[in-house]
Order: sequence, then C-alpha cells, then structure tokens
Amino acid sequence: MIGFLQILLFVLVAAGGTAVVLTRDPVLQAITVSLYGVVLALLFFVHQAPDVALSQIVIGSVALPLMILLTLAKVKRNEARG
Amino acid sequence: MKRLRLALFVPGAIALAAVSGLGVRGLHPLGSWHGAYGELLNGVAVGERNATDVVSAVNFDYRALDTMGEEFILFASVIAVAAILKKDDQEGEEEPDEPRPAPDSDAVRLLGVALVPATVIFGLYMITHGQVSPGGGFQGGVVLASAPLVVYLCAGAKTYLRIAPPAFTKLGEAAGAAGYALIGCLGVLAAKTFLENVLPLGQRGHAWSAGNIQVLNVSVGIAVAAGFAELLASFVEEIVESK
Repeated sequence: MIGFLQILLFVLVAAGGTAVVLTRDPVLQAITVSLYGVVLALLFFVHQAPDVALSQIVIGSVALPLMILLTLAKVKRNEARG
Repeated sequence: MKRLRLALFVPGAIALAAVSGLGVRGLHPLGSWHGAYGELLNGVAVGERNATDVVSAVNFDYRALDTMGEEFILFASVIAVAAILKKDDQEGEEEPDEPRPAPDSDAVRLLGVALVPATVIFGLYMITHGQVSPGGGFQGGVVLASAPLVVYLCAGAKTYLRIAPPAFTKLGEAAGAAGYALIGCLGVLAAKTFLENVLPLGQRGHAWSAGNIQVLNVSVGIAVAAGFAELLASFVEEIVESK
C-alpha cells in the first residue's frame, strides 16, 4: 500500500537528486546535497526504517557536506599558495 | 560530437527504461515482503535478548561479525584519510595560514553554548539506548562527534584542538575498534562462540539491557565519535600547525 506521503517523498527525492546534479558550483552543491540527504532520510522514515533514517540524517546531511566543504577549503588554500 | 552523444544516449536510455520497467513489474507491492528470516527474528529477538530494537539485535548480536567488518572499514578509511592529509615534512616551507579565529558574533557563540550540551546528551542517549529504540553506536557516535564540530564553528580551531586533541581521538578510535573485538572474545572465554551474547541481559527496555548489544554499541559509539573527530582534526590541524 502506497500512501500519499510516500508518493510525495518519492517525487521530492527525484527532484532533489536532479537539483544536486544541476547545481554546478561545488560549494552550493554541498548545501543541496545536504537538503537531499534530509529528504532521503524522511523517505526511509515513512517506509518504517527509522534506524536507516537516523544514519542517513547524520551521514547524508551533516558528515558528507562537511567533508565536501572542508575538502573544497583545502583545495582553495593550496591553489592560493600556488 | 553532441549528435554522437545523443545517438548513444537515446537507445541506451530506451533500453534502460525497458529493462527497469520489466524489473519493477515483477516486484512485490511496497511493504508486502515478509521474509522468513525477518519473521523469525521479530518473533524471537525480544524474548531471547531483551532488545526491543530488533534491528540492533541483528546488527550487534545475530550478525555481529558483519558489523565488526563494517566497523573496521570505517577504521581503515579514517586512517587512510589521516595518512593522505598528513603533512609531508619536506614540503613544510609553505606560508602559514591564519587558524580559524573565534567569530565576533555573540549570537553564534550563544548558539554554540546552547547546542553543544544538547548534542552531547543526545549523542550519549542514542549510543546507550541502541538496543531499546532506533539509533545506536554508529548514529549516536556521529551525533556526539558533531559537538566538537559546533565548537570549531563557534570558538575557533584552537579551542577545537584543545577539547578534541588528536592524541585523544586516535586513542578513542583505536580503543573503540579494539573493544569490539575484545568484547567478542568474551564469548570465547565463556566457552561459547566469538561474539556470542554472554553478558547479563538486564531488564527489557532499560539502558542496561540486552547484554553484549549494549556494550558493543558503546564501543562502536566511541570508535565512530573519535574517528569523525579525528577526520575533522586532520583538516583543522593542518591549518593550525602551519603557523
């Protein structure tokens, strides 16, 4: 049985994934990927997988964007040094 | 060139859509799958292990060996990142960067004061209640590790390194990973199998329950929290040390 909420979240996940791909600037992309992580976690949650949803929230919307941002900062610093 | 790409993409996309369509048609309706293994564990886990979160019971008891593999994957990747980011002594003559100073904004610092204790409590709660409710060592560990991250954002790099010094996080990561294997050995010492649940099962629904599951969660929580703090430190440290 698929409820309205599940369909809505499937659509949001599809839209979120597309938004991440279409974002060209890596810094902005770190933010869209974080929002995408939250939507994905909600999808897992409404499909009765709260354990997976918790992992998704902490990894997808905190750890992954953070690592991307820190790496970008490091690359930028190295470029500035020449 | 663009035409060639389109000529490759269109047949590929049509074929993919056709194959996925065929595959999806054969799927069971959403939520209707009842595998024998799941039914069995749902039936026995609460009674056998006093763990009300069956997912945790699977991860840290019935399939605890798989989780040990996962834990060591994380351990290996943290070590790999730290090794890659470790500064080469030969190229140490770069211009120093300013370490990230504490922000001027009172609002940001106040937010940190409010967020850090809440994050620490929530992380500890998640780690210690993995066997009772959704959550556990992996999830709680990352939540706990985001406390020093908030400190980094609100109080600067130096304070970060003071509350999560690399020597400390390395020790925590190693102790957490080794703890998992050592807790597994308790089963062998009790003349049973490796990672068998031999600790007292406690009272169902309480923090101290489910025996090994709870202790393994704590060990994983320490390893994950320390591992993430160490990852952050290897980025932060580079900025401060080059001074």
